[in-house]
Amino acid sequence: MSLAPAAHTPPAAVAHHDDAAASGIPNKKLFMWAFLASDCMFFGALISTHLIYRLHPPPGSPHPRDIFSIELTSFSTFILLMSSLLMAIAVNSIQKDQVRATRHNLLGTIFFGLIFLGCQVYEFRHFVHEKDLTLSNGIFGSTFYTLTGTHGCHVAIGVLWLILMYIRSFKPADPARPWLALAVAHFAIFLVAIIAGMAAVLGFVHAVEAHGLMGALVEFFNGNMVPFLVTLLALTGLAVFGRYTGPVDFGEPNAIDVESMGLYWHFVDIVWIVIFTAVYLMEYVP
Amino acid sequence: MDTTATPAPLPRPAAPPSPGYSPRAHPDYARTAERRPWFFTRPTAGTGLVSWLTTVDHKRIGILYGISALFFFLVGGVEALLIRIQLAVPNNTFLTHAAYNELFTMHATTMIFLAVMPLSTAAFNYIMPLQIGARDVAFPRLNGFAFWLFLAGAIVLNVGWFVRSGAPDVGWFGYAPLTSAAYSNQFRTDISTDLWIVGLQILGASSVIGSLNFIVTIINLRAPGMTMMRLPVFTWMTLITAFLIILSFPAITIALVELMMDRGFGANFFEVSNGGLPILWQHLFWIFGHPEVYILILPAMGIISEILPCFSRKPLFGYPIVVFSGACIGLLGFGVWSHHMFTTGMGTLATAAFSLATMAIAVPTGVKIFNWIGTLWGGHLMMRTPMMFALGFVWMFMIGGFSGIMHSAAPADSQQQDSYFVVAHFHYVLIGGSIFALLAGIHYWFPLVTGRLVDEFWGKLSFWVIFTGFNVTFFPMHFLGLNGMPRRTAVYDGNMGWNTPNFISTVGAFVLGIGIAIYFAALIRSYRKGPRVNRDPWDARTLEWSVASCPPPDYNFAVTPRVQARDAFWHEKRNTGHLPAHARQPAPAAEHAPGQTQTAHASHDVHGHGIHMPSQSWFPIVTALGILIGGLFMANHNYIGAIGGALLLFAGATLWAFEGPGGYHVFPEESNK
Repeated sequence: MSLAPAAHTPPAAVAHHDDAAASGIPNKKLFMWAFLASDCMFFGALISTHLIYRLHPPPGSPHPRDIFSIELTSFSTFILLMSSLLMAIAVNSIQKDQVRATRHNLLGTIFFGLIFLGCQVYEFRHFVHEKDLTLSNGIFGSTFYTLTGTHGCHVAIGVLWLILMYIRSFKPADPARPWLALAVAHFAIFLVAIIAGMAAVLGFVHAVEAHGLMGALVEFFNGNMVPFLVTLLALTGLAVFGRYTGPVDFGEPNAIDVESMGLYWHFVDIVWIVIFTAVYLMEYVP
Repeated sequence: MDTTATPAPLPRPAAPPSPGYSPRAHPDYARTAERRPWFFTRPTAGTGLVSWLTTVDHKRIGILYGISALFFFLVGGVEALLIRIQLAVPNNTFLTHAAYNELFTMHATTMIFLAVMPLSTAAFNYIMPLQIGARDVAFPRLNGFAFWLFLAGAIVLNVGWFVRSGAPDVGWFGYAPLTSAAYSNQFRTDISTDLWIVGLQILGASSVIGSLNFIVTIINLRAPGMTMMRLPVFTWMTLITAFLIILSFPAITIALVELMMDRGFGANFFEVSNGGLPILWQHLFWIFGHPEVYILILPAMGIISEILPCFSRKPLFGYPIVVFSGACIGLLGFGVWSHHMFTTGMGTLATAAFSLATMAIAVPTGVKIFNWIGTLWGGHLMMRTPMMFALGFVWMFMIGGFSGIMHSAAPADSQQQDSYFVVAHFHYVLIGGSIFALLAGIHYWFPLVTGRLVDEFWGKLSFWVIFTGFNVTFFPMHFLGLNGMPRRTAVYDGNMGWNTPNFISTVGAFVLGIGIAIYFAALIRSYRKGPRVNRDPWDARTLEWSVASCPPPDYNFAVTPRVQARDAFWHEKRNTGHLPAHARQPAPAAEHAPGQTQTAHASHDVHGHGIHMPSQSWFPIVTALGILIGGLFMANHNYIGAIGGALLLFAGATLWAFEGPGGYHVFPEESNK
């Protein structure tokens, strides 16, 4: 016992550095707050660039109101905000040592984040192909794509991080028990679910944009169901694989990991609210 | 925790670990390691190449930073000498204009990002955790990652010397539209500007990551009793510098992202023909660039605030004022960036406001100077080499500060802008300031790091040669500048009246170079055969000197220090008449005097298994390698390759996350039996 490498000791003992916090704030949380302060300056510089160029649009610039599809963006904004709710519940669950509930809410957060990303991909494609707004054909396109694209990168990094945390929640308590192969299989199914789910969501969004809600439903039942069914199948597979019965090396001592990830996620959402207001909504102020 | 009673002896391992106090060879450790997949097996080598590639020890990482920074300091120095040779005589043809542009760009970039900043970071890494009584930084693997990232950025910046399109040649300020595709064109064939962009991005990421780590370390890992107002000034300046870095680097990151979008993907941020505003580059750049000036000088001020009291045998005069003026400089540093842009035509109101703010920043700086003089006043000065460099710092930095105040007046600045007067000014603050302080710091902490003293004769000789060479080089530049000689010009005409000062300046540069060579020779000589010191050769004041040996053991302190006062080590030595318990050779737990300190077991054996040390890891360097590969491909506009690098980065980061913190335990008592 006395000379045990830390792998043998419970996680609370491994987190040696967190014990000593002179400020009472755990290291990881303090790190995240400081990083977010840095990220504030990052997005501040990008958003000001956009606003400065909106104040001085070069002649011949397209009007954003002719380009934006505010309904779609409002929908994805709503989805992103709801993902923050799920993230908050996930943090709450892990603090109560409810690993299963944490997992489910992480999964929900991931899916909502992906829907947001999917909407952004759809929006970019739509703007480029239908509205002729590219990165290079005007200053508005440059600032718009760079700003929203950078935010999208942040969301994507957040989603990757969430996926890793989700997989980590299956790591068994006994280090001798194999789990990495299972995790890889898990991840593969996960990718299928993501890709098919994205295709289903994007197809539906496109149909709504093109034919309205009723038309989209008609089209859905006429033959757009395949990606939807594949998603359902993959999710079922995920649920079967995910029924890991043994004890896992993940629980209340890891709450700070989930919490600092949550801080990042909420921050990215808050930035989106600022971007949504400053970039989109302000254009509709008469 | 009960500190008044002697704790009961805790269970010990049946057989003490051997050899030494490293339990890495312990059978338990090996068995656990075998159970993990090969890529999760933690390296355990204590010496040799692998141990340095995988190290997470803040002291080793500090040494890595220091050696790389000194190497790049020499590279930057050679670049400077080549520049001075070209300018020695009028109409010189020693260098082509293109080579001259590359040299002045790389000289500045190298000295700022690859020499002064990492030298400060070396001191942050090595000294700061010791000064606050910590065992390591808060995130040891991340600390290693920051170093390898720094090296990756340095490689990307310098790889240009070996490719056809040459090293970056757009100035360290990278003004758009000079950096845009149209002007540094040969679009997609000339990658020198892209190397500069990518290299700076990587260096910025490294600095931000390192700084976040330092912030958490200083705020959270202070020893019991080490309140914020008892922190050594160097640690305070580390904290302020770290905040400056995390808040100012995002601005240049965004500027570089926008430039990269312009150059690589045809965006229009700085393309005037499509509505872009080059002035935006200057704002974003200097919102970073001015705080950067303080990022370079605040650590230097911290070092000086350690050395002057130590060699004056007096406490620092006005400690709180020194700390608050440092914070004040940090805050004001964000409000003065436009004084770099007085000649761009911002309008009278902005010019007046930034002029005033810039003058205001001289106040806390002056306050610090007076505090240093107050510290010297009536002290028993020990004129050792670190003290000589420190006094040189105060004097030279003051001259640089005065010419800085001259620039803050917008009308005067409009005459001095882009002339050699500016060159003289910032070399007085950057060499006379930052470099002198760092050279002083190297001499001061050399015994701590190597266990040997630097030879006084060679040290003092190097000081006088450097001091003379420096002033002979840069003082004439004030007159050159006032006589109208512009910066960044490779060739000047013979009848402008600039011949003599330029020649003197070049001679001075070589004297300075010889001085630096003597300095390095003295270091190398002392490292090999300097007199050994066991500990505390200067009768110093702060906790880093209270370690049990020089160089300090892996675990820094066998017992966490308990801090009673400012200048904790000095206080213990003077006021209690004996060494603090944590500074004595570790002894069995029962021999510690009750009430004095916690014993090893009480403070660090809370889990009953010795001092917990973080394990080494491969993933910091693997992840940084992903960034290096991705960055080189990115600069070459090879996006497939860049994605490959990103995948390696992702794989490294993922495995890093799943590797877990690891760790092993050491028992200092056994090592000293």
